[in-house]
Amino acid sequence: MYQYNNHDQTLIEQRVAQFRRQTESFLKGQISDDQFRALRLMNGLYVQTHAPMLRIAGPYGLFNSKQIRKLAHIARTYDKNYCHFTTRQNVQFNWPQLEQVPDILEELASVQMHAIQTSGNCLRNTSSDHLAGVCIDEIEDPRPYCEIIRQWTTLHPEFAYLPRKFKIAVSGAQHDRAATQLHDIGLHLVKNDAGEIGFRVLVGGGLGRTPIIGQVIKPYLDKKHLLSYLEAILRIYNLFGRRDNKYKARIKILVKESGMEKFSELVEKEWLLIRDDLELSTDRIDAIKTQFTPPAYETDAGQDTGFAQRQLENKAFATWVKYNTVDHKIPGYRAAFLSLKAPDSPPGDMTDAQLDAVADLADRYSFGEIRSTHRQNLILADVKQADLFPLWQQLDALKLATPNIGTATDMICCPGLDFCSLANASSISVAKEINDALDDLDYLHDIGDVKINMSGCMNGCAHQSVGHIGILGVDKKGAEWYQLTLGGSSENEAAIGERLGPAVAKDQVTKAITTILDVYIEQRLDDESFLDMVKRVGITPFKEQVYANN
Amino acid sequence: MQIIKDKQIIDDRWSYVADDAELKNGDISVSLARWKKDKQLLLKSDSKIGVRIGPADSVEDIVADLKDIQLIELDFPAFADGRIFSHAWLLRGRYNYQGEIRATGHFMPDQVFYLSRVGVNAFSLEKTEDLPVALSTLNDFSVNYQKSIH
Repeated sequence: MYQYNNHDQTLIEQRVAQFRRQTESFLKGQISDDQFRALRLMNGLYVQTHAPMLRIAGPYGLFNSKQIRKLAHIARTYDKNYCHFTTRQNVQFNWPQLEQVPDILEELASVQMHAIQTSGNCLRNTSSDHLAGVCIDEIEDPRPYCEIIRQWTTLHPEFAYLPRKFKIAVSGAQHDRAATQLHDIGLHLVKNDAGEIGFRVLVGGGLGRTPIIGQVIKPYLDKKHLLSYLEAILRIYNLFGRRDNKYKARIKILVKESGMEKFSELVEKEWLLIRDDLELSTDRIDAIKTQFTPPAYETDAGQDTGFAQRQLENKAFATWVKYNTVDHKIPGYRAAFLSLKAPDSPPGDMTDAQLDAVADLADRYSFGEIRSTHRQNLILADVKQADLFPLWQQLDALKLATPNIGTATDMICCPGLDFCSLANASSISVAKEINDALDDLDYLHDIGDVKINMSGCMNGCAHQSVGHIGILGVDKKGAEWYQLTLGGSSENEAAIGERLGPAVAKDQVTKAITTILDVYIEQRLDDESFLDMVKRVGITPFKEQVYANN
Repeated sequence: MQIIKDKQIIDDRWSYVADDAELKNGDISVSLARWKKDKQLLLKSDSKIGVRIGPADSVEDIVADLKDIQLIELDFPAFADGRIFSHAWLLRGRYNYQGEIRATGHFMPDQVFYLSRVGVNAFSLEKTEDLPVALSTLNDFSVNYQKSIH
């Protein structure tokens, strides 16, 4: 994983000093609320219902054990002993004191971390495939390009005051695990007819109030033109994106209103003027690539026989292996998911004790590296199969081994009304109720791959519009109601879910979800997944049952 | 009035003439609309001429006149209007404008560093008492990651 050099370290330390000065000026009344708002947001600091919320960047989801221990220390020292992993692979603290935020940032800088551009109307943290570099379906490892983009976006002077936030995701595999079609810019590493690898560039995707799937603007872009093409898109967006209405300010609206043809003409014209000046050299790409060389895998890891034996002997272990681990490109290794969706814990949350323990496990079993995923779980990406049994035992003791990855209780869930000042409805309590109703593991596993995403308001932080089942909290005359959608997806065949019908009351949500799942079990064909069935039959059979008594 | 120019606090002699006011002697700046309307008249005077551009204006409108313009004011109606940053970059990076580019209007001292990186070399702040802190922000960073003007 990328290690900072002096240049990187100097930059983040100077950013801490700058933010300390900005915070002190604000506390002395020298800058207004409105001005400080813009400055603090660009450093990940929101003012929430109870306290500020600080969002820390997880650059394309990569952390080392030292960084995870630092998060544990911050949770203990400055917060209430926990943190929250987000859908864009970042980490949030919900209870810091404003006065202490500069100190927290200084602590983070000591382990090569920061909160730069994790919020605000600027270029945000770049996200990527959580299985980058280890998956079996990879065209090329996207992480070096993510790092190149991370550096280019960091403190970019021209694009710090965009019409609205701007998110870039990169995928290097056949299977899109980074929701690239739902980002302002999505980049896919692809091979052209000549066998060279470059980028397919998508633009104009996004969630929130107006979910739109991104469209291809450039089917194939040479790697050397990556930054010039990004700069061209950003300059056109910065100049022509709408600034009169914040709900129409994302690039997706500019693309939609100007039409893809006109928009891409503008970008192309701009790009041709700058591309020769901003070429990315092969040397530069290669230098970054050396930071992502594979760890020292053991060549005989696949010869172990204990792994198969343990699965035969221990059903619980076998179940965990089936649901919470995936194939690895190196024989004898697997990537292991740590489920942050235990029944009695808010989705995505981790305590300081869990963080410390996970850092130790990463050091022992996975080359000291930890990854966060788009669905708010963690991964130890390089575990020898012989180590999976002891790892599982220890994760189980930490309540991080719920075998529910990819199932209905692996919900994406925002903090909702409990913490967020934007929310109209709670999500954590509803998630818990659904979790309780689906506590029978055999039933859960029989349902199989169902992605439930739940957001407490229209802003859609939990991506409800692309959940196989989406749940959206709305306010109806002061009461919490929930709109349901079916058939959304953020993967290769991205789709926006279709609204099932009128919103349901809070105490009816769990019943509606179990009814939907029952309809699926009754009417599915052999091996048909939930999403496939919704595509085949539409929403009517589900609708009839959910609203049967109305 | 004092401003920052080329990393120094200096006394400034330019004045802006509103669209409905009479033109006057001395170094004056006018709106883009006024420039288009009164260009011939303005060019005849002995004064230096500046043109004030807002975020919604297009810098392409004055590209042909850049040799006749000694000052371009980029005027912020609100600090969050980032179009100004691209205008500055275009003037310096694409159209090779060598004269003074000055930020005016409602912007924050904390934006001076980024503005200087995209080619703005003069800053007229809303509050003159902010001049020292704005000047100091030019030293906030000794390193950067991307190519811009500076």
